[in-house]
Amino acid sequence: MMLHRRRFLQIAAAGAGALWVSPHMALAAVETDRRFIFIIQRGAADGLDIVRPFGDPAFDGLRGRIAGDAAASIKLDGTFSLHPSLAEIGKMYAANQALFVHAVASPYRDRSHFDGQNVLETGGSQPYQMKDGWLNRLVSLMPHEKDEAIAFAPTVPMALRGPTPVTSYAPSSLPDATDDLMARVGMLYQNDPQLHPLWSEALEAKGLANGTGPKQDPAGLGQLAARFLTKDNGPRIAMIETEGWDTHFAQAPRLTARLKALDAMVAAMRDGLGPLWAKTTVLVATEFGRTVAVNGTGGTDHGTASVAMLIGGAVKGGRVVADWPGLSHLYEERDLKPTMALDGLIAGAAGETFALDAEKVANGLFGEGAGRPASGLIRS
Amino acid sequence: MSLQPASLSAAAVALNRFGLGARPDDEAPGDPKAWLTGQFGRFQVRPTGFDALPDAGEIVEGYRDRLRAMRRDARQSGADGVDKDELKSLQQDFRKEVQALYRTAVNARAESALVTDAPFVERLVHFWSNHFCVSADNPQTTAFAGAFERDAIRPHVLGRFHDMLVAVEQHPAMLIYLNQATSVGPDSPVAERVAERNPKRKLGLNENLGRETMELHTLGVRSGYTQADVTEYSRALTGWTIGGFGPGPAGNDSPDAFEFRPGLHEPGARTILGKRYGEPGERQALAVLADFAASPHTADHVAEKLARHFAGDTPPPALVARLSATFVKSGGDLPTIYRALIDAPEPWAPEPLKFKTPWEWTISALRGTGRRDLDGINVAGIMNQLGQPVWRPRSPAGWDDIAASWAAPDALLRRVDLAQRLARPAAVREDARALGPRLMPGSLSPATAEQVARAESPTSALALLLVSPDFLRR
Repeated sequence: MMLHRRRFLQIAAAGAGALWVSPHMALAAVETDRRFIFIIQRGAADGLDIVRPFGDPAFDGLRGRIAGDAAASIKLDGTFSLHPSLAEIGKMYAANQALFVHAVASPYRDRSHFDGQNVLETGGSQPYQMKDGWLNRLVSLMPHEKDEAIAFAPTVPMALRGPTPVTSYAPSSLPDATDDLMARVGMLYQNDPQLHPLWSEALEAKGLANGTGPKQDPAGLGQLAARFLTKDNGPRIAMIETEGWDTHFAQAPRLTARLKALDAMVAAMRDGLGPLWAKTTVLVATEFGRTVAVNGTGGTDHGTASVAMLIGGAVKGGRVVADWPGLSHLYEERDLKPTMALDGLIAGAAGETFALDAEKVANGLFGEGAGRPASGLIRS
Repeated sequence: MSLQPASLSAAAVALNRFGLGARPDDEAPGDPKAWLTGQFGRFQVRPTGFDALPDAGEIVEGYRDRLRAMRRDARQSGADGVDKDELKSLQQDFRKEVQALYRTAVNARAESALVTDAPFVERLVHFWSNHFCVSADNPQTTAFAGAFERDAIRPHVLGRFHDMLVAVEQHPAMLIYLNQATSVGPDSPVAERVAERNPKRKLGLNENLGRETMELHTLGVRSGYTQADVTEYSRALTGWTIGGFGPGPAGNDSPDAFEFRPGLHEPGARTILGKRYGEPGERQALAVLADFAASPHTADHVAEKLARHFAGDTPPPALVARLSATFVKSGGDLPTIYRALIDAPEPWAPEPLKFKTPWEWTISALRGTGRRDLDGINVAGIMNQLGQPVWRPRSPAGWDDIAASWAAPDALLRRVDLAQRLARPAAVREDARALGPRLMPGSLSPATAEQVARAESPTSALALLLVSPDFLRR
């Protein structure tokens, strides 16, 4: 049975003390055992090069030039193969722990990175329509709002911004301030409505990090995320930003480097989370895809539909989910046509991960009238 | 949101919100508006640090020459491609050289912000450099990043928007960063020649610069242009490149300067936003740019960003409208627009309107502690730690100019760590209790004054002042 937070509060408010030992409560506690990590790919990652539709008759002619040796790709099924740089994620796919969704897009249909990322992160249907991020709203749906979410960056990305307090942390090589200074800064910020909550969050994250910051290479970041997420009193939801996906030129070597980094980061998370990996959902998504045709400089320009990934032990993986539109009928005669809604995918994945009512998650994250949430993505 | 009671005097607003932060020996300006406009005559276009930068084009050209020689030698000796180790070490040397140049250039920028007598104009340089940003994400763009601010932004900060725009779009840093240097007209003579020789090798457009010019530099997103306009403008831009880059014979090998190469230019007239551009060659894109610069959409876009920078994260619509009208009326004359800004009431609001970005905070802290030279401080390293590496916003949209992007838990912690480091040597010279009221004349909040006075040591006191709510905002 799915227990929505509001429902849970209503039951608790009814005053029945026995509820604290009831199965419902146990279920609620199990819910927060789950881990949810959002990895954003800033710059419009090329879904067609990441999960390659080699079975589409038009693919080789359009993309063979930058896809390189077809035999090197990791075969996923009769239609799709995976970019060879995603070796570890390929293994997770083979172990039914990775799922790829193709020809997927947010509601955004123009080609500005910044508007596209705003829609992806706020969950609005238009850029700048919503003022906070869907990941922040997801935290507010959780049983314990406090300390649930962290951004692995010095600052907080849009998707995590909003009224629910979240923290941020990234390893720094600055020498630590003295305890005396730290205490006095705390006093100085005590009455400042903006700085006081930020300072409290910062101190908690610093405590969790324990002062032993690994280097901020992709694997190090994956390990760091795992360290936070495995703490008993640590966050359950995390966001990591990746950049460099805007491959207007020399796509083959540049995308290879980005994908290797992503692969190493996810593998480090899996290794660091240990048994908790089985309860983990990692969502990888980008603001939009890239042109189907290769441009004049061995790259691709801004497009529309792309690929999203769900990875983790909790994911019902080993599948490519797509209502494949084909490469011979393109959106505006240049881009992969979107046939799946990213909003619905996110709502379904988040809802199933935390055993929340999927419709309510969809409405809460993407507004009333959001599309139907996808289902059957995550193991209960 | 209500902030701690702090009420800024006009002098404090001029020094800190318009300027880059007071220095210990700065007099509080008696006539703040005149102090600001007076800076137009004192601005130094090419300060010594910038002037002394090693030549980026020479470094890039040297690297490319060595690379070419290595390939030629390999061909002549019948080897199967160049030696991998040799190539790696060549690339490493190049990256090192470029990183050294980058650090020197960042320090030149910081030094110029410390010694300037025109801090308001220096702030505007930083504003425009961010509006028209490049991001030093690859060695070749990195090499030119300092030169970009020096040569495309600084000479025009007190000129016309249109002239800055052309200088920006024709600068090697921008042409490399947004891939224009290698964009080719699909029906251009060079593309046809290449296709004849090798039908598999197709040269063509790269619409990166075309799109970002319209979206970020001029008209602004959602201002009514379409994908077709972007593609057409990108066609008009073909041929805009630099020496040594792109296919076809170059005029010269130095990537130091803009070069129009007719062989790369897509032939024919273009139609952009309903207007036909029949101009030949380089003049075609120049004509389009002139129209973009004069568009009321551009005026609105620029007005909004300026208003956000000086009057708050949610820019007051009345101020935006006034600045936009001034932009249109003056034909994009920047000093006229700055005067309208200074004359407007909104940027003089007594409550702090902005949370300082890491760059603003660092510069104001260095100035506030009386530094006039960097003396071993590596500003590029500091800015990396604070999350705002100079000229490296990793996106052509530049750094955000709102508090939500900078006021964050870990970011705050880092400022405190750094404040302690900066305060340690400075506390010998400056008594924080006396310094506070000088940096924020008539404006320091009693709570900050009290905590500073109570601190256990001069270093602690100075560090506290630097991270006080008063000093984190402007």
